[in-house]
Amino acid sequence: MSSIASQRFARAALDLRQGILSVHIWPTLAWQEIRQRYRRSVLGPFWLTISIGVMIAGMGPLYSRLFGQATASYFPHLAVSFVVWMLIASLINEACTAFITAEGLIKEGHMPLSVHVMRVVWKNVIIFGHHALILIVVFIAYPPPINASLLLVPVAVLAIALNAIWAGLFLGMLCARFRDIPLIIQSIVQVMFFLTPVLWRPESLGRHVWAAQWNPLNHLLEIVRGPLVDGRIAVHSWIAVLAMMVAGFALVIPVFARFRARIAYWV
Amino acid sequence: MAHVTVRDVLVDFPIYGAHSRSFKKALFRAATGGLIARDTSDRVVVRALNGVSFELADGDRVGLVGHNGSGKSTLLRVLAGAYEPVRGSVDVQGRVASMLNIQLGMDAEATGYENIFLRGIVMGFRPRDIRPLVEEIIEFSELGDYIHMPMRTYSSGMAMRLAFAVSTCVSAEILLMDEWLSVGDADFSEKARKRLKSVVGQARILVLASHDESLIRTNCNKILRLFHGELTSIEAIGP
Repeated sequence: MSSIASQRFARAALDLRQGILSVHIWPTLAWQEIRQRYRRSVLGPFWLTISIGVMIAGMGPLYSRLFGQATASYFPHLAVSFVVWMLIASLINEACTAFITAEGLIKEGHMPLSVHVMRVVWKNVIIFGHHALILIVVFIAYPPPINASLLLVPVAVLAIALNAIWAGLFLGMLCARFRDIPLIIQSIVQVMFFLTPVLWRPESLGRHVWAAQWNPLNHLLEIVRGPLVDGRIAVHSWIAVLAMMVAGFALVIPVFARFRARIAYWV
Repeated sequence: MAHVTVRDVLVDFPIYGAHSRSFKKALFRAATGGLIARDTSDRVVVRALNGVSFELADGDRVGLVGHNGSGKSTLLRVLAGAYEPVRGSVDVQGRVASMLNIQLGMDAEATGYENIFLRGIVMGFRPRDIRPLVEEIIEFSELGDYIHMPMRTYSSGMAMRLAFAVSTCVSAEILLMDEWLSVGDADFSEKARKRLKSVVGQARILVLASHDESLIRTNCNKILRLFHGELTSIEAIGP
């Protein structure tokens, strides 16, 4: 019995390693998907960037008034939070269909399965790169505090992407098996948009600030937001994010090892 | 040296949302298709392959024969590595090329040129492996300047020609085919036939699933018969 388990584990580890190292496959598939969606449009993914930009431009002044906060401090908070939220939300939502949409490739057999998760992660990082233009515009109007902590921003995006790998493996498998889950996840993500400090600041919770501190999504936002908005490294959030990454992989790799071979039967 | 060892392979497809007993009773021994059974956790499953064992070595040209749903395609997919069997083991030594769906990976919105690389990646090649072959692929497919047009502008014949040219540009040690590929009009199909012959000739092991016994008799030296997912006979046939 244990020999089966160790064989499964070895195969899963090989799949994950080959999948991550297949840098000739997942970037191509990711770009392919982006091009496919925007092949005949001039602006491509920038359409989404424009619509998010317009939304932020409209909501910034309105909500700073509603929440009684200075626009100069609220606006960058909203812009950074919103753009990073879009990354996190689309990573979660698309992770659900990572394997389902790759049905044809999976049933043909050559590729490591983790490639399909890498594709989803990379695609959304590329799209995030487009949305980052909004931040540049915002920072021209409201310059961020310039200090060494800014160097951690790309690392923070990488940390989000790495967390998305384990989450993607897990959600991808779960959703391939139970087809109702993607819809449930979508609703949860929608609700979490309001429950997570995107539109509002965690400090506004006063003595209920624990509600933000125990929200893992808040920490993913905070590691990017810390340097860009407050000019400081969000140490606690970094600890939370790194702990999530370690725990996530530790929990998901055994699940992946157990069910990896079933994915082809589920999709 | 290419080698394939298949030992006591069992493949069940779980059918979710088919729990009714009458469904089970009605279809338990259907005329076509694999056996419908229940696995240990009482799910309805289609038993596509059951206790299949065989060994293939260099020089084997195997024809898979059986009625619809007897497990031919499933067996090809097991050999391709897509389905890991529920029970039993599959050991494949050698580079596998599966020609089950030669257009897999191609994208109608991408140009023919881009599709050469997309298809190549799906076949397991790196762009640097494909680049030296591009000239030859374009020439063989006879697409000319169309190669720089999106594939959605192609006729289905043109798209097939390109898919065929890419899929057969490199020979593999183990070749898996579901029915013999034939593409294009009279002139092209003759050219394609020659090319496929040579790819098949270079492969160390060929596994060809087909309903056409005469095709199998001309191309194969062994016949594997499948019936309801079970291997009923392996026979050697003369040239």
